[in-house]
Amino acid sequence: MATTIHQPPQIDPRRLPDQGQSGNGGWRNLVPADGDLRVALDYSPPPSSTAIWVVLFAITMMFAALTSALIVRKGSSLDWKTFTLPSILYFNTLLLLASSVTLEVSRRRVAHFMGGMKSQVEDPARWLYITLFLGLLFVGGQYVAWSQLRAEGLYLATNPSSSFFYLLTAIHALHVLGGLGGLIYVIRKMSKSALLRSQLVATARYWHFMGILWLYLLLLLWVKL
Amino acid sequence: MHDVAAHAAHHAPPTSFIRKHVFSLDHKVIGKQYYALALVAALSGMVLSWFMRIHLAWTNAAIPGLQLLSKTGAPGGVMTPEYYLQLMTMHGTIMVFFVLTTAPFAAFGNFFLPIQVGAEDMPFPRFNMMSFWVTFTAFLVLMSSFVLGDGPTLGGWTQYAPLNAVGSVAGPGQGLGVVLWATSIGLFCVGQLLGSLNFITTTLDLRVKGMSLLRLPLTAWAWFITSCMGLTAFAVLMPACILVILDHVAGTSFFVASNLVINDQVQPHSGGSTLLWQHLFWFFGHPEVYIAIVPGLGIVSHILITNMRKPMLSHRTLIYSMGALAVLSYMVYGHHMFVSGMNPFSSLAFSFPTLVITIPSTIIVLVQVFSLYGSKLRINSASLFSLGFISMFVAGGVSGFFLAQPSIDIMLHATYFVVGHFHLVMGVAAMFGIFAGTYFWFPKMTGRMMNETLGKIHFWLSFVGAYCIFMPFHYLGMAGNVRRYSTFVDDFLQPLIPVHRFITVAALITGAAQLIFLYNLIHSRFWGKPAPDNPWEATSLEWSTATPPPFDNFGGKHPVVYHDPYQYGVESSVGDYLMQTSQEQVETEHDEK
Amino acid sequence: MAKFFAVTIIVIAILSAIPILRHTWVAPEDISTHGALIDEQMSETMAEAGISFLAAQFVLSFFIWKFSNPGPNAKIKNFPGGAKGLVIAALLVVGLEVMALGIFGVKAWANVYLTAPSADAMPIQVQAGQFAFYFRYPGPDGKFGSIHPELINEGSQNFFGLDPEHDVDSRDDIVAAEMAIPVNKEIHLLMHAKDVGHSFYVRELRVQQDFVPGLDVSLHFTATKVGKYEIVCTQLCGLGHYNMKAYLEVMSQQDFDDWLKKEAAMQ
Repeated sequence: MATTIHQPPQIDPRRLPDQGQSGNGGWRNLVPADGDLRVALDYSPPPSSTAIWVVLFAITMMFAALTSALIVRKGSSLDWKTFTLPSILYFNTLLLLASSVTLEVSRRRVAHFMGGMKSQVEDPARWLYITLFLGLLFVGGQYVAWSQLRAEGLYLATNPSSSFFYLLTAIHALHVLGGLGGLIYVIRKMSKSALLRSQLVATARYWHFMGILWLYLLLLLWVKL
Repeated sequence: MHDVAAHAAHHAPPTSFIRKHVFSLDHKVIGKQYYALALVAALSGMVLSWFMRIHLAWTNAAIPGLQLLSKTGAPGGVMTPEYYLQLMTMHGTIMVFFVLTTAPFAAFGNFFLPIQVGAEDMPFPRFNMMSFWVTFTAFLVLMSSFVLGDGPTLGGWTQYAPLNAVGSVAGPGQGLGVVLWATSIGLFCVGQLLGSLNFITTTLDLRVKGMSLLRLPLTAWAWFITSCMGLTAFAVLMPACILVILDHVAGTSFFVASNLVINDQVQPHSGGSTLLWQHLFWFFGHPEVYIAIVPGLGIVSHILITNMRKPMLSHRTLIYSMGALAVLSYMVYGHHMFVSGMNPFSSLAFSFPTLVITIPSTIIVLVQVFSLYGSKLRINSASLFSLGFISMFVAGGVSGFFLAQPSIDIMLHATYFVVGHFHLVMGVAAMFGIFAGTYFWFPKMTGRMMNETLGKIHFWLSFVGAYCIFMPFHYLGMAGNVRRYSTFVDDFLQPLIPVHRFITVAALITGAAQLIFLYNLIHSRFWGKPAPDNPWEATSLEWSTATPPPFDNFGGKHPVVYHDPYQYGVESSVGDYLMQTSQEQVETEHDEK
Repeated sequence: MAKFFAVTIIVIAILSAIPILRHTWVAPEDISTHGALIDEQMSETMAEAGISFLAAQFVLSFFIWKFSNPGPNAKIKNFPGGAKGLVIAALLVVGLEVMALGIFGVKAWANVYLTAPSADAMPIQVQAGQFAFYFRYPGPDGKFGSIHPELINEGSQNFFGLDPEHDVDSRDDIVAAEMAIPVNKEIHLLMHAKDVGHSFYVRELRVQQDFVPGLDVSLHFTATKVGKYEIVCTQLCGLGHYNMKAYLEVMSQQDFDDWLKKEAAMQ
């Protein structure tokens, strides 16, 4: 068949993928050939970054569903009894927020380290351990809050308000435990010098989100309960 | 490229049998595992539908062997009313979740998405493997309800409250059966969320050099859009399942109102909201049906383009339309609740987006159909099922015009009209998408061709058979035939029983035809003709690699993409097409618009 | 095979349309005051859906016939106007069509659901429970007695859990297993769910409404023709769902008064 293409394939440089001018997603297409991680990060977000936003979105949707369940349930009947939130919750809040601070401290020191100051690996690790400890304290504190409520005779099924209290705080605490798992993973990877910066950033984002989510839940419970 | 390798969790080829075929991290194996799961589920769901149809047509008939499935449910093979509902519930649940969400999205998507973007694997293979095994566990949990307690739940796949939450006083299967259902579906949600995570990150972050978003094939876009929908929808269904389980095991009353009396006993619940379940469920449920169809839209477009030897009239229009479907799908869910007791103003509010969602659907069909104009259409099993998809999607879609209007829904809600509508779009069109994808991609997945003659026979019997089964459903609905009835005792239903008998016969024949497909699958898998790398002369990346693809998809090479996905109708050195990875430059009229 | 397929599509499309055009299976005669608008919506929608269905199948079929198995000299062409024309057509034609359906349909819906029952509508309460409907008339005092859930007893036929000993209003309440109403009189139906979700559907009356446990729902309608009609449950409520029904008897005012007197005597 008649064809104009019997000469050896010639790559017309003008027809190669865009270098970012025409909005064809250009910059994502450039991947450096030498595999330098730190340079590559500037060109294409590592999957952990995208992944963490995906995860946080799903968690948000789940709590949005539970929030609307709470609102509807409260409005559907006259049996909603409010109660005072156990005061330890506020202390736990401080613990969680503090752990976000310590995690940030750690993350920045790791960034420094990855930028080449090798000797500082112990310092960020210590801050990670403190974060882990604060996180565990938080979960322990939540357990204390539950015990206090039980002592007052408020159990899961006692009243819809207590149902939602236990439900929301327990699901949040489960996700915090997941975050602790992530921190342990990061600590282990760091000790083997195999940590990717993207993994630490992702874990940090998740952890901070747990704090923001907790503030939201606290506000919701305080207003509605 | 190398950080792509790093990010795709570069793992060495597996050696042990377990690592190769059971707990595999390879997206291709995971895709095939999902396909096998969907196949088993589809066969189970189909057999259940046979039982249902026989009972509806001949109520007192003894179905030989049914008593082996349940002594109490079918003594002597004659189905009890409750057992009919239990089988019906399982049929719906299995088909919607384990077939229509699993095959077009999880099975084909897992196998082909990474290859179509040029990656070695997905970025989180361990999560991917977990997603399959969680889904598989969910299936086992669901099926266990056949043999545990007093059988599966009988509340329909929609599991409305308070029937779903009051416990076994309301009927067999309503205790343990519901808990198993909710546990299964909750697990399923987790599995799909993990899957969506991988799909989204693969599409956004693992594309190779030259693969811009607009150069992705339509299948990749369809899977990406579907996984975004899944993220939102499944994350809402999961807490709903948790709430219903709590109502069962923890004495809470999320969904059960006060003062309900069953068997003269006041139920120990109070204050729950019946409609809350419906809102949560349908917020998931409507996007779910688009999750079931959008991959099919992508797959069918992809296959048709290859067989038309020309691209669609507008690549972008199809992408935007699929995106519009996804976005609108969240605004329409109330059309399942028009007469539910919800505020009637809300019903009007939901009906308008429901009517509007016909527009992107219409655009997609119009683009697909009018792209046929001036094409060089090749007829084979894959293209036949793709064309059949369009016919079925139109047939099922137009009944949506009726159901979208609350005033008409007064007459058609909960009748066979609805059942006909969703079976045509999901049970037929989406299934045709799965069949088309199978015939098209089987060579690439297994290295062998399927038998074309058997494929065509399968198509003809399925196409004609499906219309014979489901078109009459609409007539039944217009006459007022109520759904979810195990037997037709009402006066006005008696004249309709002959129609049901016709449908049952059609269903049994069409069902038998599916066994031809099953035979073809199995026989071809082992004894089919060896397939070349690119039997369809197609352009996308999956056809540029070996058949079947090696462990790391491209044999250690990293493809570079030079072209739009559907360069057909050109004159190149290989024929009338240009593969995406080809370095040839030719004159094309059909640059991506 | 392609041409055969094209023909098959057309044959199926036509065969599908025949029962519709011949009105083989249709909704029964409308005996309501609000149903005419619903039926009109239905006809209009059928016309538009039917035309869309037939047109789409015909065009699909035609293109399959014309463009399959091309000769060796066939050239690829694009439909004139490309996608742009199609998108505009979809937006305009389908968009206007659905908007028209939506807007004109509001009235049909509003007549049933967004209007209040008139002040002299006759109140009747219907209770749906696994697996029967029971109806309650307020009796001469015009008031319904309270429902005491703990007193509900099928065996003693106290379906509504009435307490005539202590509750004066319930003494003259009339409970029946079928619903009788006078013709041309507006009825205000108060719907109470005893246990799980049910629904009230009378095809001839052009009404369907779910019962919602925990929520007071109501309907109002007027029947215009004497006769016996079926009320069926359309919301899956358990194993007896298929059998859950009652009869609606529309009678002349005189016949209704007689019927009510007879029922009252049997309480």
